[in-house]
Amino acid sequence: MAEMDTSSGGGHKKGPGVKKGKKLSTRVDLTPMVDLGFLLITFFIFTTTMSQPTAMKLFLPKDADKPEDQNRAKESGVITILLGKDNNVFYYEGQLKPDGSNFKSSSFKEIRNVLIDKKRNTPEKDLVVILKPSSECNYKNVIDILDEMAINVLKRYALVDISEGEEQLVKISDAAGAATASK
Amino acid sequence: MGRAKLPRKSTNIDMTAMCDVAFLLLSFFILTTKFKPSEAIAVTTPNSVAAKVAPQKDYVMVILDKDGKVFLEMDDEDKKEVIANTLNTTRGLKLDVKAFKKALFFGAPLGSMASFLAMPEDQRKGDKLPGIPVKDTANNELSVWMRVIKDTYLGQKEPAFLLKGDNLSKYPSFKAVIDAFKKNDILKFQMVTNPEAAPLGTDLWKMNQSGDKREE
Repeated sequence: MAEMDTSSGGGHKKGPGVKKGKKLSTRVDLTPMVDLGFLLITFFIFTTTMSQPTAMKLFLPKDADKPEDQNRAKESGVITILLGKDNNVFYYEGQLKPDGSNFKSSSFKEIRNVLIDKKRNTPEKDLVVILKPSSECNYKNVIDILDEMAINVLKRYALVDISEGEEQLVKISDAAGAATASK
Repeated sequence: MGRAKLPRKSTNIDMTAMCDVAFLLLSFFILTTKFKPSEAIAVTTPNSVAAKVAPQKDYVMVILDKDGKVFLEMDDEDKKEVIANTLNTTRGLKLDVKAFKKALFFGAPLGSMASFLAMPEDQRKGDKLPGIPVKDTANNELSVWMRVIKDTYLGQKEPAFLLKGDNLSKYPSFKAVIDAFKKNDILKFQMVTNPEAAPLGTDLWKMNQSGDKREE
């Protein structure tokens, strides 16, 4: 108890100058706070503007019930693109010959040149691209080929179901492509 | 005759105003940022040259994951309520309307929707759910969903129909989705993609260079 008394009394005995204490400024250095603020701002700016997904439009035709309602296309202006397994692309111009001699193999890199050639050599009103994805190809392939239509500004194209024979042909070619690749 | 002394100025600047501005901007950005809702369904979208930004509201989105499973997502809660009631009355599903309204997406056959809704939100993960059955053409349930949605929006502005597919999903499931759309006369829809620049030298690139407006 005695000790307590001396400590509290001791402070009191000192001169008036010391008792007053140093007057502290109320100003705080805000620089670090501003730094932090701007750091966070940059973070939010970068996270908001990035990764805005886009959408590509697709208009489907109404299914024509009667065959005579279906659109007819000139044979010379038609190019059919078939999508196979493992990003394989096949195409033929006009109608598929029974022996399959005009059935050509291609890839996503080469198909653009094929399409550009076709576009240059065909009157615009006759040009029709028919897309036939097989059941083995994936969604990305379909989007890529639709994108190819947009890239080459081809206005007339159609997504058509693949026929049984073509499906078989694609399957065989897929297998052949895989065999040559593994050799 | 002493020279007039310039008063010594302090080098300290008052930071308060700058701090105010910084935090004002900060709060603006925080409030406008929309964090991606936790991705229950992992989907990697393909790239395309499409330049139009995907709609962020009033949409009906069909999600196609890499296993070909189909999920449905909607943002309009009022419409969801109507849809839940319609499903309850027409199919006798006894769905919990409140849970239906709050659900971010749907991914179960109609028959087991009730148990899907009973599941807690954080356990609804894409890879564990069965998805909406579409493979069977005779019983394409997505087309049932689409019909109900179409009826709900009857006479009003149609929502944007979106399709978000994974790179690796196979074409037959994509086709099944298209068929479900077609069956209900939804002939206009959009596919969600990541933006990509038009390749150099192509027709589209030339068009963009000459400043032509692209036909959307």
